[in-house]
Amino acid sequence: MSSPPLLDTPPLAGAGAERSVLAAPQAHDDLREVATRIREHIVRMCASPEGGHIGGSMSLVEILTVLYFRVLRHDPGFPGLPERDVLLLSKGHGGIGLFAALCEAGYFPPGDLADYSRPGSHFTAHPHPGIPGVEMPSGSLGHGLAVGVGHALAHRLEGSGRRCYVVMGDGELQEGSVWEAASVAAARKLGRLTAIVDRNGLQISGSTESVGALEPLADRWRAFGWRVLEADGHSLGMLERALTAPPLPDRPTVLIAHTVKGKGVAPIEGQARSHYARLGRRQEAQLLKALRAEAGARR
Amino acid sequence: MTTATDATKGQDTRSAREVYRDTIARLLPGDDRFVVLDSDTGLFNGVDFAAGEERYLNLGIAEHTLMGAAAGLAREGRVPVVTTMAAFASSRALEAVKLDIALGNLPVVIAATHAGVSAGHLGPTHHALEDLATLRVLPHMTVVVPGDPGQTEELLRQALALGGPVYLRLGRGPTPALPATSAPRIGKAQVLRRGTDVTVAACGPYPALAALEAAELLDHDGISATVLHVHTVKPLDTPALLDALDGQRSVITVEEHWGAGGFGSAVAEELSALRPVQVHRIAMPDAFVPVAGSQQQLLERGGVSARAIADRARRTLTDPQGGTS
Repeated sequence: MSSPPLLDTPPLAGAGAERSVLAAPQAHDDLREVATRIREHIVRMCASPEGGHIGGSMSLVEILTVLYFRVLRHDPGFPGLPERDVLLLSKGHGGIGLFAALCEAGYFPPGDLADYSRPGSHFTAHPHPGIPGVEMPSGSLGHGLAVGVGHALAHRLEGSGRRCYVVMGDGELQEGSVWEAASVAAARKLGRLTAIVDRNGLQISGSTESVGALEPLADRWRAFGWRVLEADGHSLGMLERALTAPPLPDRPTVLIAHTVKGKGVAPIEGQARSHYARLGRRQEAQLLKALRAEAGARR
Repeated sequence: MTTATDATKGQDTRSAREVYRDTIARLLPGDDRFVVLDSDTGLFNGVDFAAGEERYLNLGIAEHTLMGAAAGLAREGRVPVVTTMAAFASSRALEAVKLDIALGNLPVVIAATHAGVSAGHLGPTHHALEDLATLRVLPHMTVVVPGDPGQTEELLRQALALGGPVYLRLGRGPTPALPATSAPRIGKAQVLRRGTDVTVAACGPYPALAALEAAELLDHDGISATVLHVHTVKPLDTPALLDALDGQRSVITVEEHWGAGGFGSAVAEELSALRPVQVHRIAMPDAFVPVAGSQQQLLERGGVSARAIADRARRTLTDPQGGTS
């Protein structure tokens, strides 16, 4: 392990116990630095010969940062910890964002990320459980919420206070299977299931609204029987408040996180063409410099 | 001479799906790893699961979620048994079976009812004649077709203990028991009858019964047939097939499935690399079945019958080209 676990492993919560977040007591400035490092990892992976899904990974950075460093009960030294909370990245094209976050959380050393997309490497663009900390394979959209229903049913059967978080893209919500699972989750009153929608508003061909309208998105989730929370998906404070809100006993929760696709990559920020990039060495250096300069300016 | 049907008088005539229902209802209370997920099939209406009640979950008409939720439960250490019709398990929900269950080699038993044409008059939307093909190509997947009610119980018990994904193909209506033979074991073919001239390898209840009846027809012609029941399509018991062939130059396969990609195809794939044998597939023709009828009637209509098997066997023995003309 290249870096020590940043979270303590909490004691097993008993049935009905309110969950406790036992994140390391770090200031948001420190978390902001973690988010910058995650972005730097993403840029480096997108400078590999194959390139990577830069836009939808950058929009996820704060969501994953808050989950791994403030919300989840987990142990990077023991990814299969039975008492852990479960995070499913259903938008598998955010894979390099997930890898970067897992690396920063201590699941594997940064050097492993250099293997991304190289022949023979387990670090494929879409994640699968051969990588420490990855719970399920994803890449075909619309699978995570149903699997999350299964985890949440299992958590209820075991009488634990564990929670399951499913991170989805907004374009992903065009898959019918998402709404099938949403109905089942509500019918089963899975209060400890939380969906997080990375609402960056864009998919490959343009805006989500021009391709397959999602709005009124919050109303849709409410109509399906879910509690809806909304937050600025790049505000660490807002995300933490939303994701540590006590669960409802009888309704699952969705957090619509309003984000910017390609956040932190100024030339393509907020543009559909940020979906995938193969960065040249000069672009890589410029972006890393810009990210570092922005981090420095905050201090 | 007794027929296969005569020999089963007084035996268990429940359908495979009813045996599955009764067996799982008995097993559920005693092992808290087991979780039954239903897709509103109605099969379990009125069933008392006693202490296992909280582990029976009807998720509604949502077959993708059924498979995904089973994967989540399996990842948490449970052994889910999902109940849906074969037609939906093998095509509608196939991507969830592939990516959520098979990719992770998760211990999920897919109890797929109404398989083949056992849905009869319900029509082509409810027939499953592609499921052996779509399921057996998936890595990690074990594919099992019990031959009768007694086998269903035993093979279900073994499937639950296997530790990986299992597709259990079950019929809708009652089928007769097969003649007593060795106890079924996943991965092991059963010899229903030993002969010397020709080998018929059958998969599933009516194909096996038709093969036995064909063997009797062939007896009248002085042709002695070996009949195998191959309930496990994957992994295929190739040694048993080679042993039965014992130097014969052809094998006849019989199945309740389209001819492409099913049991006969699996046999052909295996044997073609090992022996210079011809594989003659008796299977449903390359067409949907757009008419009403009983399971047996629809199979007869499709040419999966004792007479067709016997005819093919005679030709393989008399035609130097192996009866292919």
